Amino acid sequence: MSFADIQKQAIAEWQALHDSRKPRILVGTATCGRAAGAEAVLAAIDKELREQNIDAIVIQVGCIGLCYAEPLVDIIKPGRPRICYGNVTPEIVAQLIEDYLVKDNPRPDLALGTIGDGGVDGIPNLFGLPVLKSQLRIVLRRCGFIDPTNINHYIANGGYSGLVKALAMKPEEIIEEVKKSGLRGRGGAGFPTGQKWEFCRKSPGEEKYIICNADEGDPGAFMNRSLLEGDPHSVLEGMLIGAYAIGAKEGYIYCRAEYPLALERLRIALKQLKEYQLIGDNILGSNFSFHLKIKEGAGAFVCGEETALMASIEGKRGMPRSRPPFPAVSGLWGKPTNINNVETWANVAAIMQRGASWYASYGTQGSKGTKTFSLVGKVERTGLIEVPFGITMRQIIYEIGGSILKGKRFKGVQTGGPSGGCLPPDFLDTPVDYDSLTSAGSIMGSGGMIVMDEDTCMVDMARFFISFTQLESCGKCIPCRWGTKQMLDILEDIVNGRGKPEDIELLQELAESIKDGSLCGLGQTAPNPVLTSIRYFRDEYKAHVEEKRCPALVCNALISYYIDPEKCQGCIICLRSCPAGAIKGGKRVIHVIDQDKCTKCGTCLDICPPRFNAVVKTSGERPAVPEEPVPISSAGKTRGGQQ
Amino acid sequence: MANSSVAQGAQAPLEKEMARQQRLDEILSSYQGNEEELIPILQQVQQVFGYLPEPAMKKIAKFLKLPESTIFGVGTFYAQFKLVPSGRNIIRVCRGTACHVRGATGILGEVEKQLGIKPGESTSDLEYALEAIACFGSCALAPVMVIGNNVYGRMTPAKVKEVLANVGAER
Ligand SMILES: Cc1cc2nc3c(=O)[nH]c(=O)nc-3n(C[C@H](O)[C@H](O)[C@H](O)COP(=O)(O)O)c2cc1C
Ligand code: FES
Repeated sequence: MSFADIQKQAIAEWQALHDSRKPRILVGTATCGRAAGAEAVLAAIDKELREQNIDAIVIQVGCIGLCYAEPLVDIIKPGRPRICYGNVTPEIVAQLIEDYLVKDNPRPDLALGTIGDGGVDGIPNLFGLPVLKSQLRIVLRRCGFIDPTNINHYIANGGYSGLVKALAMKPEEIIEEVKKSGLRGRGGAGFPTGQKWEFCRKSPGEEKYIICNADEGDPGAFMNRSLLEGDPHSVLEGMLIGAYAIGAKEGYIYCRAEYPLALERLRIALKQLKEYQLIGDNILGSNFSFHLKIKEGAGAFVCGEETALMASIEGKRGMPRSRPPFPAVSGLWGKPTNINNVETWANVAAIMQRGASWYASYGTQGSKGTKTFSLVGKVERTGLIEVPFGITMRQIIYEIGGSILKGKRFKGVQTGGPSGGCLPPDFLDTPVDYDSLTSAGSIMGSGGMIVMDEDTCMVDMARFFISFTQLESCGKCIPCRWGTKQMLDILEDIVNGRGKPEDIELLQELAESIKDGSLCGLGQTAPNPVLTSIRYFRDEYKAHVEEKRCPALVCNALISYYIDPEKCQGCIICLRSCPAGAIKGGKRVIHVIDQDKCTKCGTCLDICPPRFNAVVKTSGERPAVPEEPVPISSAGKTRGGQQ
Repeated sequence: MANSSVAQGAQAPLEKEMARQQRLDEILSSYQGNEEELIPILQQVQQVFGYLPEPAMKKIAKFLKLPESTIFGVGTFYAQFKLVPSGRNIIRVCRGTACHVRGATGILGEVEKQLGIKPGESTSDLEYALEAIACFGSCALAPVMVIGNNVYGRMTPAKVKEVLANVGAER
């Protein structure tokens, strides 16, 4: 079948779906949807439709990024705009089917917004809401709109037209086009993609490989997972284009084992490609042949590093090697190899479909196009976002993210994961692009964006990241293996109240040596979270070291709990629930915490009724409170906190 | 990865052992014997046995014509592989960055308390194992824990009890 025929058939299928007289129900069943309970919702839909005898089309789609409101269900009645409902439960979906499908009440109270032309009274336009207004969707544009297990949905929406266009061009022309687009690698370092391809293309050798890096090891980042789950073909199309441009006949997708659904979607997509003969020998009648294999990772962060990843594909321990030679010269099995991130590949497909100039019209001078981020942590609206480069942190955190959870104060945002840094509020108006983030002391990274508030301790975070890199260090080079261990020991001392004044400088000194001396990016960047936190939050380090105080009240060794005698009503709720039996007192007797017995579990703080609010968590000096319980009347004070 | 065919240690009856040997042979016969296949083979063997038994690793070494030390090296390098039998139901708690800032420590602590084991350990009856994982990619619903193929988001210590009770692991 020619591509034109395939396309015609796909468009007919897509059109028939849209022209159908049956209502359509779209359920977001990517991993995050499932984690929030989408499968129970799906089962409830099936049951309700059967019971009500309604003939509807139910489609499982990927994630449109509004993870905070998962599970998401969208309902489209023929001739009406699509309505998106958030925080759907099995009970709510049953109501929706009854009220909207049967009785025609669209339930504006449960709706997030409408999508598409036309409106519905009382429901805002979804893409006009602050969470989506400043987003720009290139890579994610099909996620949540198509069935990711149906290649026809992809093709009907412009899919594989980029490949067809590419096959009519000379490989060098494609590389020129990618260069012109200004696309830079989305895996972290931001190397210009076209240039990287050119190196590999020009590298002597008949056998060449391309690889898709889907290891996504940065904890807190899930952009690649969502894309693979929601629109796997966009990544495959990019790879096919790249293989043709570079002259590779074989390729690999290396995906982490923690992403079973992404792996499943990839396998389905690959099978469909084979059925349509869009992969294999002589693709679309050309003399371009390409074969692709999927490799599953086995749980090692360092395997995201390109040389380690290749060793892992070869069946070895995932240990990096020094570069040069770069993979473009000597990569997989010593052959010229080009490796790109999932999002980079998907961008390639979009660029070939719609042209380099169109693509380059978005973004900033040095950073073209869009970037996906996983916006998580202490922010109201967590989720997957895609924004043009140049947007500010403030827009991302306050407009898209809504606000800081529970009205707390914003403290910083971590970008670049364990290789990056935490930027303080001063940088809220910095444009987000490769160069600005680097000059601020962090890095773009792959797109994890973790928002921290006043309750986050920066020293604890630094310890957290170093313990991660220390655990994940492959052990090949000493600076990384032992250096991170030394840094971890010092940070453990500091958070446990054993810090010495000279420790901060020692950390900085160690950090520099580890950066200079390590073999691969893991060690070279591991000290970054420590360095930026010292740079921007030195006061917190000093409080820990000099005053043995944790200002964010996080570090267990430095905090204590006491009961405010002014507020305690002697209700014995905390006394009874203390697992350590550390609270003394009785009914109408002011309670006292025995500091020697207290394990600092925080149960008393959680359980003290909000109307009393008598348990206080503190760090540093504790105010003088009675050491033994005293009856409330003999305290001889007017009672505060009594309502 | 809740699978039903996890090893029962040395007490396994002879037929069971034979069946597992046969399964191992079947697995190996579906491969060509290239070094590239080592990790997929180990993954499949672990699926069947629940861990990588020493005799199986020796057999794999022969099959791939690699030194036993290489098999052992790969088996110990990757976090996924286990060299000793572990609990049948694996409770996996995320301690990734997003989960950490949203209280993963409390979730892990509660699971530890309920199961009476630390990450990397199994209960003595080999019913449950506890693992701390770097990230499941469900960070927007942090904190997260995973049992089998079920991902549980927006966890609280109270919800831990509920979820564990559902799999019969509450203290
Ligand atoms: C420790 C370490 C971990 C990495 N993890 C990833 C990863 O998970 N995904 C990724 O795409 N790149 C990762 N990289 C970057 C890759 O080495 C490589 O630069 C990237 O895949 C190139 O693709 P790009 O040019 O499309 O960005 C990592 C690098 C280091 C040093
Ligand atoms: S950080 Fe816990 S799921 Fe990603």
